[in-house]
Amino acid sequence: MIGRYKFEIGCILVLALAFLATQAEFNRFYYFAGFAILQYVMIATAWNILGGYGGYINFGTAGFLGVGSYVAIGLIEWGDAAIVWQVVAAAVVAGLLGLFIGYFTLRLKGVYFAIATLALAIVLETIVNNWDFVGGAAGISILPPRKPELLGILIVDRKGDGIFSNSKEFLFFLMAAMAIFSVWVARTVERGKLGRGLNAIKDNEEAAECMGVPTLRLKLIATTLSGALMGAAGGIFPSYMTFVDPPTAFNLEFAVNSLAMPMIGGTFTWLGPVVGAVLLGTVQQIAIVTISSELNLLILGVLLVIFVTVAPHGIVGWFMKKNK
Amino acid sequence: MSETLLEINSVTKTFGGFTALSNVSTEVLSGERFGLIGPNGSGKTTLINCISGLLQNDGGKIIFDGHQLDGMPAYKRTATGITRTFQIPRPFHTMTIMDNLKIPVEFVSKPGATQTEIADEAMHILETMGMAEKANQETAGLTQIELRKLELARAIAAKPKLLISDEAMAGLTGTEVDEVLEILIKFNEQGMTIIMIEHIMRAVMQFSHRVICLDAGELIAEGVPEEIVKDEGVERAYLGV
Ligand SMILES: Nc1ncnc2c1ncn2[C@@H]1O[C@H](COP(=O)(O)OP(=O)(O)OP(=O)(O)O)[C@@H](O)[C@H]1O
Ligand SMILES: [Mg+2]
Repeated sequence: MIGRYKFEIGCILVLALAFLATQAEFNRFYYFAGFAILQYVMIATAWNILGGYGGYINFGTAGFLGVGSYVAIGLIEWGDAAIVWQVVAAAVVAGLLGLFIGYFTLRLKGVYFAIATLALAIVLETIVNNWDFVGGAAGISILPPRKPELLGILIVDRKGDGIFSNSKEFLFFLMAAMAIFSVWVARTVERGKLGRGLNAIKDNEEAAECMGVPTLRLKLIATTLSGALMGAAGGIFPSYMTFVDPPTAFNLEFAVNSLAMPMIGGTFTWLGPVVGAVLLGTVQQIAIVTISSELNLLILGVLLVIFVTVAPHGIVGWFMKKNK
Repeated sequence: MSETLLEINSVTKTFGGFTALSNVSTEVLSGERFGLIGPNGSGKTTLINCISGLLQNDGGKIIFDGHQLDGMPAYKRTATGITRTFQIPRPFHTMTIMDNLKIPVEFVSKPGATQTEIADEAMHILETMGMAEKANQETAGLTQIELRKLELARAIAAKPKLLISDEAMAGLTGTEVDEVLEILIKFNEQGMTIIMIEHIMRAVMQFSHRVICLDAGELIAEGVPEEIVKDEGVERAYLGV
């Protein structure tokens, strides 16, 4: 009984740990770095549902994240929506975008699909650049609510009456919950019929179709799911950053990281993107403090080349082979 | 023998200005062993692609077991009972042999079954193919005959009414050809209708109840093997005179 739910119990334990961390009042930087790493866990995991299981390389991660961010900003500007609704709406819109884009681009194979997704991110950024309601090219500042409540419970209060004493800690916790949820979703996909069908598509799409796999439907489910999770990860971003402009929300680094992290960690299992995101995310957070961010991308590129050539199944694959 | 299982009615397929199939009509009967021959590039694989749904025919009609297939996506055609193998084997190369077979079992022949039932069914088919001990092997490093047998086993795992085998014997030795023939005849005796595309004349003639021959996208002969081997048109097509 417990064995069966080992993974779920693990999830709850990690979440509990994240909660304890918010109560420990560490240096602000640690929450900031932790938030970035957890966000990458979620983004890499979302990317891997389509890219790792299904073999369709999405270069448009920044587009889905940006849409998520700007849906949240739109909701804040329009009616001061609560963070939970910002995230849910971001997920729904980005999911629909995934479905829509999937329908029009999934007939494109290989590199053409990748190019189409990259183009999507650029088009969306251009639209937002010219949309003044959400700040346009100049960007926009967000003021997090002073005393947010959820279902009548006070969430954040400086004086200690809420669950968290400031909103950064609350958002860190929310990010952890969302990242854990994404990993759970990815693992469920991987172990189910959907994951097996996507694997068949990755190996040989025509053979999969002839073996009864409804390839278009499965790919659309994967783009929708993947897009929705990316959108949710973007939806929490404005509240956390408190200032967002198009180059931040549509940062190409998201696209590069979202595919580098699973590839370095291992694309064939949910653990790969998690390992990749935690390792690379940590290295990058250290590098941001110690060295420049351009060097950061260079390190990433070199690592990616090394892994693709030396360990094509990533870190997780390499360890599993060693233990065989 | 019995009623028509597959009706191919004036099927035409063009690629740009090139006509790969022109007005091909024939019928395959339920339970039949049906041979499809023709020189290289005569349109055999194209016809199979039109039947299995990887290509859509530009003209004509294909009716299978009461279903009009035109416009139907390939995976649905598989669900109605057609599976095919590929001339160049296309295994799911990151999966084990067992997992290759589980795909059609899970998606076609036993939808909704538990993982144990699916594995049992896949294992059962591997046993009848004499591949049981290879179940957990990766597909990388398989020999030619093993790849060909995997291709057949995976198609058979969908429990088709009609199995279409596209050159399952190319590159095999004499005894290996006999082994594959034996497998196909065994499944045919259990009621599976089989279309066999083959360049090895001995095999296709020994196997088939009836044979058709394509040449440059046109059906040039149809009959029992004895008639086909004597047919002048067929001889000309193969000799290229
Ligand atoms: N997708 C395609 N696009 C363009 N031309 C094609 C396509 N598929 C097949 N052809 C052409 O159609 C013709 C028939 O090809 P097909 O593969 O059906 O021949 P075949 O009878 O199976 O030959 P073989 O015995 O060599 O397998 C060939 O000239 C081929 O080049
Ligand atoms: Mg062919």
